[in-house]
Amino acid sequence: MDNILSWIIWIPIIGMVAIGFVPRGQQDLIKKIAAGTTGIQLLVAVLLWMTFDATDGSFQFMERAEWIPSLGIAYILGVDGLSLPMVALNALIAFLGVFVSWNIDRAVKGYFALFLLLDTGIMGVFLSLDFFLFYVFWEVMLLPMYFLIGMWGGPQREYAAIKFFLYTLFGSVLILIALLALYFACGKTFDMLLMMERAPFALDGVLWWGMSAIKVIWVLLFIGFAIKVPVFPFHTWLPLVHVEAPTAISVVLAGILLKLGVYGMLRINYTMLPDAVWWFAGAFAVLGMINVLWGAMCALAQKDLKKMVAYSSISHMGYLLLGMAAVIAGGAANGSNLMAAQAGINGAVFQMFNHGTISAMLFILVGVIYDQAHHRDIEGFGGLAAQMPVYTGIVALAFFAGLGLPGLSGFVSEAMCFIGAFPVFRTIVIISTIGILLNAAYFLWAFQRVFFGKLNEKYTELVDINQRELFTVVPLLVITIFLGIYPRPFLDMIKETMNVLIDQVVIVGGISGIF
Amino acid sequence: MSNLQSLSLYWPELILSGTILLAIIIDIFSESQQSKKVSNLVALGLMLTLIAVALTKHSPTTLFMDALAFDPFASFIKSIVIVATILIIVISRNSNEFEGYHTGEYYVLLAVMVFGMFLMASAIDLVMVYLSIEVVSIMSFILAGYLKENPRSNEASLKYVIYGAFSSGIMLYGLSIIFGLTGTTKFFEIKDAINALDGSANLALTLASVFVLAGFGYKISAVPFHFWTPDVYEGSPTPVTAYLSVAPKAAGFALMIRFFNQVFVDGASLSGMGWSSTVSFSWPQLLGIISVITMSMGNLIAIQQSSVKRMLAYSSIAHSGYMLMALPTISSEGVFATMIYLVMYLFMNLGAFFVLIYVVEKEGGETFEHFNGLGWRMPIVGFVMTIFMFSLTGLPPTVGFIGKFYLFAAVINAGPAFYWIAFFGALNTVVSLYYYMRVVKAMYFSGEPSDVIAVPSFSMTMIFLLLAIPSVFFGIYWVPVLGWVKDSLLLFSQVL
Repeated sequence: MDNILSWIIWIPIIGMVAIGFVPRGQQDLIKKIAAGTTGIQLLVAVLLWMTFDATDGSFQFMERAEWIPSLGIAYILGVDGLSLPMVALNALIAFLGVFVSWNIDRAVKGYFALFLLLDTGIMGVFLSLDFFLFYVFWEVMLLPMYFLIGMWGGPQREYAAIKFFLYTLFGSVLILIALLALYFACGKTFDMLLMMERAPFALDGVLWWGMSAIKVIWVLLFIGFAIKVPVFPFHTWLPLVHVEAPTAISVVLAGILLKLGVYGMLRINYTMLPDAVWWFAGAFAVLGMINVLWGAMCALAQKDLKKMVAYSSISHMGYLLLGMAAVIAGGAANGSNLMAAQAGINGAVFQMFNHGTISAMLFILVGVIYDQAHHRDIEGFGGLAAQMPVYTGIVALAFFAGLGLPGLSGFVSEAMCFIGAFPVFRTIVIISTIGILLNAAYFLWAFQRVFFGKLNEKYTELVDINQRELFTVVPLLVITIFLGIYPRPFLDMIKETMNVLIDQVVIVGGISGIF
Repeated sequence: MSNLQSLSLYWPELILSGTILLAIIIDIFSESQQSKKVSNLVALGLMLTLIAVALTKHSPTTLFMDALAFDPFASFIKSIVIVATILIIVISRNSNEFEGYHTGEYYVLLAVMVFGMFLMASAIDLVMVYLSIEVVSIMSFILAGYLKENPRSNEASLKYVIYGAFSSGIMLYGLSIIFGLTGTTKFFEIKDAINALDGSANLALTLASVFVLAGFGYKISAVPFHFWTPDVYEGSPTPVTAYLSVAPKAAGFALMIRFFNQVFVDGASLSGMGWSSTVSFSWPQLLGIISVITMSMGNLIAIQQSSVKRMLAYSSIAHSGYMLMALPTISSEGVFATMIYLVMYLFMNLGAFFVLIYVVEKEGGETFEHFNGLGWRMPIVGFVMTIFMFSLTGLPPTVGFIGKFYLFAAVINAGPAFYWIAFFGALNTVVSLYYYMRVVKAMYFSGEPSDVIAVPSFSMTMIFLLLAIPSVFFGIYWVPVLGWVKDSLLLFSQVL
């Protein structure tokens, strides 16, 4: 049990090294090693979930080691109710991702080595409590992504890979500048716990070129993280990258990588610059609304099934931003409506998790049909329901989850985000609800065009979803249905941490408020 | 110290001079095919010099009647220069570019150049500044044109001579104005004399420092004194290009740091006590602007190159810009960051050039097309080149990131007045990603996995690993570098 977090982070690296020693030509062995390491990682993550003390909102399983003492850099890990669900989700998605990638036959060794490196990078971001370490993992994640998209992607893969890399690096360097500014303001430490204590007060009243330093740093961090989410107008890389990336990478991208941006905002913006949350919440809500509507309308216009799902991701992230904006409902100026603040923030984190499972499922399912038909043109199908009955049933459930049907997990979290944001941002929420309608429209319309009608003569050869593919989808489907009916276990897990977070914004942000 | 006393602290240079003389004599009496003997001798001499540099310990002082400084900072730069030179000697012996040429004097010229850079690293007298720059420049001219039968190499040499003569002429003019204003050639005396000047001398001082800057800027290839760089880098033999991009640059930065910190500043800055400029025009701002323009120009033009060698030439201009970032802060943090960057840059830039040398030899060209599919055909070469490219971009966990991290930290620590430099530095990092990744893209994305795998010779593999392993190791745990640089961050002016 000691160093359980280190194990979670570094287990994939062990697998990566092992893969490096596999002799040429033994592709199955490589895949088995990858499945084995991610499987062990998943078991450890489950163990972590079981032993996590949900009544404690602070960081648990802390690890601390010296790294570069003269610079105040240390190796600090810890997990709380915000990172725990993300760690569990990542472990699950990585494990399933290996099976989704089972058909990869080009440079197998490189693919799985990079996949495991990506896994380590993501885990590192979620678990590190040292800002420098956080940043290193954040960047390390980019390298495997670049290769995975560029080498195993679709026809425009090279363009997509460099576009992804340039976009995210642009965000990263802004984070780097903000990180350094916070480092010096907090008395030269990268320890996030110390920074959370000091940063809210350290920059009070400091002006840079007539602007409040807090606002400048907030905006730098926000842009850096917003590119990852992606928040309109930084979203243009996402559809392209999704379309070009191989299925498993799309799954990881939608399931986990998009959450990193939100995680960064909640972990860093909300705790280190809580007073600026008040200043920015309105913008959050508006951007959330734009994301919801813009994403949904773009999805409606797509001919490519995968692109449609990609835009639906953008739309779903909008709900989450609304939920995050709701935190200010807890302030005295807004009637100290703590219930709304809790609903919003818990809903946002729940939405992070649910979108992870649902979008992963959607991308896997798109991959299933693409593997057989070699295209994803919505208009090019038709009548598949008769040809692939099981597949049709699963897609129906996944689409329903995507459009937020009650009884499935997406509905619960979206409703919570709306309920939280409603008291403060009434008009914005009302307009955003149009998004629900649009969501239903494109999902159902696409479903109708692909599965109903006359069977296209070309596709009489298609076979139904196979065992391996079922194995990758069913766990996600079970989670979606279970949490849709009974979300308590999840919400209990994160509740205390969210209360700490709300306190940080409402109380600390309220005291140090300069606005 | 008097001349005779100085000799006891002058062992490294004495060993080096002895090596040079011996090498010339041996070269005369040996067959032209036996230049290996000369290169061995020079490498051995340089190693002894390095040991002497490490062993010659004394509290900071001046040598030869205040012409040279003896301080840890100078020793640091000297060590970097020697390490770079030894690596270049090794790679030159493994390169086929010199086939058919008598290479004995090539190694001698390298050693003479090292001597010149030693002087640059410790010069604290205007005459010595000029003299040392000229020694290095003239050796560089010959080295750039070493391939007598290759027109490109001749062109490179000629361009280099013209530019070199021009900029050193301007610098000399600047130096003479300073001498005219102050009546002395010694850095510290100049500083006191400048302090005593009244406002009427400002124009002359501004002109003089801009002129001097032209000389320094030429050595470190800062915009707008960079025009020689791409052509010379492209035409020169690749080992020489690699050398020019690292060693003279380190010496140039040393000279620049000394000049600006000892002549124009009241001396307290490096002890961390804040500083005040002794002249009225805001040269830190000027340096900042030059830094930003240098990195932007280098990066933007590098994007358009089709030759990897030329791309690396522009990239080295951009890196000069990065290193200049921290100089305007006039703080020990700034100098510290620049020194760290010089160490990190040594590994990654030499690494990239060495891979280029190898590719030119195996594939017969230096364009991006020659790198196509390289990662599949030569996995080791592709892998180390990828490390160097990531490192030059400045991505963790490589040394390039650590270097940039210290530069950004120094700039941001200096206060909001300098934030714009950091901002442009950050933007430039993103721009540079594009062209460094073009190499990676060519190596891995263009071309298919192949079953025929070429492994470089044992000695080449060792050289690659010697540069690639530190490029990653120091990116994860750079305390050793930190300790060395910290011990070396002591300029003579601080104990004055």
